[in-house]
Amino acid sequence: AYKRFSELLPKEERENAYSARVPKSQILTLPELRANPFQHRICHVFSTSETGDDSMSFEDFLDMLSVFSDSATSDIKSHYAFRIFDFDNDGILDRKDLEHLVNCLTGQGEESQLSGAEMEQLIQNILEESDIDKDGTINLSEFQHVVSRSPDFASSFKIVL
Amino acid sequence: MRSCWLRAPRRVWAGGRRPRGSLTPPSSPVPAAAAPRPRRARKRRHRRGAPASPAAMSGLGAAAGPAWQRDSGGLSLLAEEPHGAAPVDFLQELPSCQSARRRRGGTQECRPALLGTAGSRGDAARAETGELADRPAREHPKSMAEKRRIRDSQQADTEHLTRWKKWRRTSSKSLKKALTEVKGLSSYLVLWRHDIHSIEGKFGTGIQSYFSFLRFLVLLNFIIFILMFSFVTLPTIISKYGIFNSTIAYISPKNIDDTCTIYKPSGNKGLIYFYTYLKDLLSGTGFLEVTSLFYGYYSIDAVWISIMRYNLPLAYLLATFAYLTLSSLWIIKRSVEGFKQNLVHDADPFQSYCNKVFAGWDFCITDPNAARLKHRSLQYELQDIGNVNSQVNLLVQYLPSMVITLANFIGPLIFAFLIRFEDYTPAFEIKLTLLRCVFVRLANIGVLLFSLWSQIAGCGSDKCKPCGYNYKLYPCWESDVGQEMYKLMIFDFIVILAVALFADFPRKLLVTHCSWKLVQWFGHKEFEISDNVLEIIYGQTICWIGTFFSPLLPAIATIKYFIIFYVKKIVLIHTRKPAARPIRASSSNFFFLVVLLIGLLLAFIPLGFSIARIPSSKACGPFRNFNTSWEVIPDTILQFPTGLQQILFGIASEAFAVPFFVILCIMMFYVIALARAHKRVVEQLREQLVLESRDKMFLIRKIAEAQRYP
Repeated sequence: AYKRFSELLPKEERENAYSARVPKSQILTLPELRANPFQHRICHVFSTSETGDDSMSFEDFLDMLSVFSDSATSDIKSHYAFRIFDFDNDGILDRKDLEHLVNCLTGQGEESQLSGAEMEQLIQNILEESDIDKDGTINLSEFQHVVSRSPDFASSFKIVL
Repeated sequence: MRSCWLRAPRRVWAGGRRPRGSLTPPSSPVPAAAAPRPRRARKRRHRRGAPASPAAMSGLGAAAGPAWQRDSGGLSLLAEEPHGAAPVDFLQELPSCQSARRRRGGTQECRPALLGTAGSRGDAARAETGELADRPAREHPKSMAEKRRIRDSQQADTEHLTRWKKWRRTSSKSLKKALTEVKGLSSYLVLWRHDIHSIEGKFGTGIQSYFSFLRFLVLLNFIIFILMFSFVTLPTIISKYGIFNSTIAYISPKNIDDTCTIYKPSGNKGLIYFYTYLKDLLSGTGFLEVTSLFYGYYSIDAVWISIMRYNLPLAYLLATFAYLTLSSLWIIKRSVEGFKQNLVHDADPFQSYCNKVFAGWDFCITDPNAARLKHRSLQYELQDIGNVNSQVNLLVQYLPSMVITLANFIGPLIFAFLIRFEDYTPAFEIKLTLLRCVFVRLANIGVLLFSLWSQIAGCGSDKCKPCGYNYKLYPCWESDVGQEMYKLMIFDFIVILAVALFADFPRKLLVTHCSWKLVQWFGHKEFEISDNVLEIIYGQTICWIGTFFSPLLPAIATIKYFIIFYVKKIVLIHTRKPAARPIRASSSNFFFLVVLLIGLLLAFIPLGFSIARIPSSKACGPFRNFNTSWEVIPDTILQFPTGLQQILFGIASEAFAVPFFVILCIMMFYVIALARAHKRVVEQLREQLVLESRDKMFLIRKIAEAQRYP
């Protein structure tokens, strides 16, 4: 992992890769993240950068790999998945977050988005399934509950270097 | 209100050091600088001040609040509430919020807790304070810097303990570390780990599940082979070559007509033509017939190794039962792993929308092309959801297909043709096609076996009076059945190789280089998972049936699947494009295993029949002295001491079986009743949660109003 990380840095900074920060654009060149529609969110969630530019240090990189590895508990995975899907960072998944999520899944481009009615129906169904206290949003507990019943989550939320 | 689940912890950390042993007041000012997560602080400053989660206000008087309106799907706040700050502060003082903060590790009471309990960090541990120390630092969802802090605080904790407890804690920690090391190393030993991972990256987890299934079958066959080899073939070989001072005991059969014991396999008759050699290799006759590959080789009644007597017929039969039991247990275990719980909720986990959306994206995909295809398939899947209400249609869908399957044994091509006119969901389509093709293929084997047996045991005109079976045509009928199975397996293998070589590669070459309209319409072949899975399940069923008659067949199956893995992988990478239809890894895994189990259960039938009903051949094999192969067991039991015999007879008698059955039924009813009761409780709790949240928002609004207009 250290090797992969240091490859992302320009040559002159490689010696002190432990303390260096890699800018977001470089991180996104990783093959594992390149094709991922959630790449920006992933960088944002794992970056502890104080300037908000979503750059990642080696520790952030390790954090990310550990969460996405096989040995992370499903608790941790669902916690971070929640934060990744929470596009407006308000701590809950409301309709806008869900809409954004579905659009990310179906791909960029006009023709790949769902129509308004389909989106409404889909979000309605999702909320019906997961919103336990019927407040129109999904909080962390509800998300973890619905994900624990989802058989595909553990196998899909995984990145192996 | 909901925001407090996540936001409150941030507040506590923003100060850079977590205060220990005290609850921070919820409305303490947050120093924005030196915060590990400054963007949270920013978020807080920019917070629109609206409670993020509107409640079901309609029942409580919508006029009271600002613009709470009912949308088509739920409630949403149309306009920002101008005095939102007050409710939110209240929300963060709520006891539930406090407990969430504690749960997330915001505060900590100094209670030394054993790290050893970290493995069982269920919800009970969460509710307790000091839970922080229960979990190893790794299992906290926080950044690296915070995890270091947690570990340091845990270390500091240990200093308070006595020496004994300290030693216990360090030893359990090092043991856990050792275990994880071992697990990590053993993951390197997993067969084809790198290959399957690269397939996963390029083609998604759906196709990867096919290859893991193949790997599972290779391992299963290898274990079966080891079992049969070590208990049946090895003693025979040891005794035939006289190693370890072993001798063979041949017991001459009594009460049996001499004509039944004539058996002259062609064997090694000196020089043979190459053509004959090849023919023998492919059909298991000739020189192969007399090798240890087939049943006829094991014409031994007992083996004496030094002073121990090894009962070979008993070992043969028990090894057969053992491999059948092992296979079924292993398959059931694997399928249970892939299909957890969901007894309490009625929803089908595989059709669930949340499953499709939250777990829809395979994070392993590294190839941009695959990503594009995945996007498109997700788009189709999510669009289709709106149109089909699958739950209602399920029963209606099953009925006609069952009728069709039973009444209509036409080939898979026609099924594929039909399915285009049946407007089922893609997932259901795959399952249905697979089921139909399964019935056809397994019926294939069934018909073959049936015709074989009608010939063997078909005693038309006194042909089998002396021996009980058709001894003229089949003096050693088990070897013949074994040969049929061997032939099926070899030809199956050859067909798979031939299709790969002569159909797929030319097709790809043709499509890429030839631009005729017709050829282009033909197009690239997709990786049809259902077809491929069927092939290997068919092969595995043959192996299960054939192993009793040909103990070395699992070895051939292992090698066959081993080679097929590489062939399929090469074909996949070079010729086929990933399927446009999405396949869910978990549901396909479970389904493959279910179909495999069906194959196994169907294999029980011919085996049971030949072991228990058809008289074993008197000219060859380990069961020459018994009427049927099954008789070894009653024979052996009769040699046990009387006490044990009586116990065993008692177990098999009605006096035991009927009460046992009744008790099983009672237990089953109890468990079902328990599950129903749990379901009811869960429903009630859910309703209660909804009411509670409504109550909470109502009260908060009232308080806010009271504050506003004192």
